[in-house]
Amino acid sequence: MSSIAFTLLTSLFFSAIATSASAATPTYIQGTLVDSTKAPIAGVTISATGPNNFSGESISDASGKWKIEVPAAAVYQVSINQEQLPSGQALTDPAKAIIKANVISLGFDVTILFPIGPGVEKATDLERSAQLLADGLILALVIALAALGLNLVFGTTGLTNFAHGELLTLGGLLTYYLSAVVGLKVFLAIPLAVALSALIGGYLQDKFLWQPLRRRGTGLIAALIVSIGLAILIRYFFLFIFGGDTRQLPEYAGQAGLALGPVSITPKSIITSSIGLAMLVIATLWLSRSHMGKASRAVADNPALASSSGIEVERVIRAVWILGATLASFAGIMVTVNQGVSFVMGQDLLLLIFAAVTLGGLGTINGALIGSLVIGVSIQLSTLFIPTELKYVGALVILILILLVRPQGILGKKGRIG
Amino acid sequence: MDFLFITQQSLSAAIGVNTIIFALAAIGLNMHFGYTGLLNFGQAGFLAVGAYSVAVSVVSFNVSLWVALLIGIVNSIILALLLGIPTLRLRADYLAIVTIAAGEIIRQVARSATFNKTLGGSDGITGKFGKEFFDLNPFTAGLDLPFLRFTPNDLWVVVVGWALVAVILFLMWLLVNSPWGRLLKAIREDEDAVRSLGKNVYLYKIQSLIAGGVIGSIGGFVYALSRQSVQPDNYGTALTFFAYTVLILGGAARVLAPIAGAVIFWFLLVFVEQMLRQAVSAGYIPEWLIGVNQVGQIRFMLVGLGLMMLMIFRPQGIFGDRKELALDARA
Amino acid sequence: MHAPKSNFKEQAQAAFASISAVPGIAKPDPIIIANNVRRQFGGLTAVNVEHVEIQRGSITALIGPNGAGKTTFFNLLTGFDTVNEGNWTLNGEQISGTPPHKVARKGMVRTFQLTKALFRLSVLDNMRLAARHQRGESFIRGLFPAIWKKQEAEITAQAEELLTRFKLIDKKNDFAAALSGGQRKLLEMARALMVNPEIVMLDEPMAGVNPALKQSLLGHIKDLRDDGMTVLFVEHDMDMVRDISDWVIVMAEGKIVAEGTPDSVMGNQAVIDAYLGAHHDLSLEEGR
Repeated sequence: MSSIAFTLLTSLFFSAIATSASAATPTYIQGTLVDSTKAPIAGVTISATGPNNFSGESISDASGKWKIEVPAAAVYQVSINQEQLPSGQALTDPAKAIIKANVISLGFDVTILFPIGPGVEKATDLERSAQLLADGLILALVIALAALGLNLVFGTTGLTNFAHGELLTLGGLLTYYLSAVVGLKVFLAIPLAVALSALIGGYLQDKFLWQPLRRRGTGLIAALIVSIGLAILIRYFFLFIFGGDTRQLPEYAGQAGLALGPVSITPKSIITSSIGLAMLVIATLWLSRSHMGKASRAVADNPALASSSGIEVERVIRAVWILGATLASFAGIMVTVNQGVSFVMGQDLLLLIFAAVTLGGLGTINGALIGSLVIGVSIQLSTLFIPTELKYVGALVILILILLVRPQGILGKKGRIG
Repeated sequence: MDFLFITQQSLSAAIGVNTIIFALAAIGLNMHFGYTGLLNFGQAGFLAVGAYSVAVSVVSFNVSLWVALLIGIVNSIILALLLGIPTLRLRADYLAIVTIAAGEIIRQVARSATFNKTLGGSDGITGKFGKEFFDLNPFTAGLDLPFLRFTPNDLWVVVVGWALVAVILFLMWLLVNSPWGRLLKAIREDEDAVRSLGKNVYLYKIQSLIAGGVIGSIGGFVYALSRQSVQPDNYGTALTFFAYTVLILGGAARVLAPIAGAVIFWFLLVFVEQMLRQAVSAGYIPEWLIGVNQVGQIRFMLVGLGLMMLMIFRPQGIFGDRKELALDARA
Repeated sequence: MHAPKSNFKEQAQAAFASISAVPGIAKPDPIIIANNVRRQFGGLTAVNVEHVEIQRGSITALIGPNGAGKTTFFNLLTGFDTVNEGNWTLNGEQISGTPPHKVARKGMVRTFQLTKALFRLSVLDNMRLAARHQRGESFIRGLFPAIWKKQEAEITAQAEELLTRFKLIDKKNDFAAALSGGQRKLLEMARALMVNPEIVMLDEPMAGVNPALKQSLLGHIKDLRDDGMTVLFVEHDMDMVRDISDWVIVMAEGKIVAEGTPDSVMGNQAVIDAYLGAHHDLSLEEGR
């Protein structure tokens, strides 16, 4: 009862303010233009257009502030004149040059942020290519880490795991939780998160779900659909626990990039990529040199034969799940450190991971690596020719085209034709 | 706890617009997956094509609604051909991934800023493109019974929608029990055996893909017309996965099963949501466990869990025949 | 058109008596002629057949140790696999590169090593599926039962006749999954006949069949030849080979190493070497 009264009172209060405000004070869309070092940018024109042929302008003052008065509650399109930005500064995402401002009701101003960063706007195509290539390689590394595990699981058990993306999200969310909520330093949270992911996402997942299903003789298509259900369950569980916002780690969030020739990379990117690359190399070496690794490949090739040769297939599969979860969770951490984590992170990347694995040839390890390289680099380089927002589309189209010509993927084994 | 309200909402949902949309999506999937064994994970793309064809044709090109519907069907046939010709040679797992990719391409293009003049970008298209349909609405009042509640427009959509479903099911029943249907079922089980008997497997798979795709795009028509709006993010992979859930729940490879699956699915979805919402508001479930805003998420968690349980313990769904199971096969 | 049954066996034997037992020897009336057929998998050459001809109206056995390339050769001839090089004709018509369903329509029908009886269809549906001219198999016409009901009845009658001949008529409404292994083999053979083939290629028809059923199968195969069809089969069961074949072709390591009547092949040194060389513990000398 009291909660109802409270709600009524507060809404009365606000509506009172609203009615009084709308009568007298003008309403603005406003903002402050600052560059990546938080220094104000002056002299840049911001324009707004709206319904009933409304248009208005404002020029940012010495402290970077600008405001445009609007006559009615509506949705306005606010744009910035990029040409007037000082050299070396540009919108961090040129595709977001027009931002929508939703003035819900008069009396309540709306603040708009135009993220400005060191511009690559005036960069030549060559410089852009170099940067995109670097970005593409890092993306390829993330995908490769995830793809290797996916491929190994497919190779040894035949399962196409649609819940694999959630392993990336798990790594990122655990890191966030351990650092932002529990309070550990990020460089401690990361290995702990990887270990926990390997345990939960690898060991426990196989032990309590997939191994019992294998014992039951569940068919592969049925298992595929089970993995879809699992993905939905886990993803909405993440949403339930962490909410829908993208979370940043408490440290290293706003690092500036180092200029290495034409390419700009943040130190955190360099460090995480190096670790990721090392993990990838160790994993591939493990697969080709170690006893367990070779056994994994044998099982992937021919489980019945491997079993009759004395290889304990179930132990191999368990190891493969743990390895896959370890690599995938670190891939998620790489993305989290650089861009933050949200509950859809894994799902967004999953399609790319599948594209990479399919492109390279399902079940082949080198294929997964090659496929990741092709997908990662082509996604970034394609932005030279197509709008950034469509870069995933480009990669998927490449996938379909290559499969047209080679249905088994680049390195895949040919099935029977006909 | 207002059980009357909960029941009214749940029953209305069970035979309401969403059920019709998902039933149509699932009927199409039944043709693809239930009867032919095609792992089409891009069904959402067919609904998108149907919905956008209608919206864009009427709003941007001022075409009559009825012509727009025809355009939608033609477009879905084209999509089926575009999708089928390169992919039907692929193994099942490859087909799944490629069809998801195709569905995502459609969604990303639809929500892109590049094409947002015609396609509406991430906000989609909202407009009175269903006017000619709603002008025919004979219902002046809706339905306001204790157990069912529909606005006049929704009632019209529901009546026409179920009539459409009935016609489509009848045609499907004819097809499935014909020699053509027998071929599909054989292809589902073993393509090489069918080839060795002189049948062009490829052709039949394409026909199945077209048939199921057109049915899916009719689901898109209903989606667009019922809301008079098309939003690209409604046609993501989640739609396809829920359509599969509906199909499997009812029992794949049974003509009537998608209906049963859709009705039960939406009944449960709304029922659980309403129950949880009221339980949380009334305090039966503590706020620290589930907040009022989190009820929607719990719903979907239950969908995921439900799908898993279904596949593990009763893959034939409610009405399927275990012996005829399409889902046991080792790929 | 069909002469009395015994003629076909005699005709075949007469035809073979006129030629010598040399690999790749030309046949008096070949239904299939194959040239330079080669199939490689990476570094391994699975099939490398210079020249072979199959005599029309005969029962020809294709034997050889495991891995000799027999099934691969079958797959190549029937279009289920693509060659690296080579060409072959059926009744004088080039069919290399023809897709498998068209090969079947031209009259060359095959069965599979692992039976492909369609388990989730009934026995009768398995048979009806194979019929060549059912208008209802078209998408549009399938919608109108009036168009195809009559044909269905005719096809069903034909199917039931074959099922009776193969002694499967009692199981006609059961799912094919309910049949025993041997019965499935019979079903596959009966089903192949629904297509009205000219040549039937059987891939290990005796594999996994119990002895009682073997005799029945043997009889059916002989009936095929006696109805004017050509039969080419792959087998490991030497007793069966000796019992019913008119001619034997021996493959080893992808090549044809010997051809001849069953007796001449059994004593052939090249054949013995091929089998012993592949550690195939088979005594060719022992009688039945």
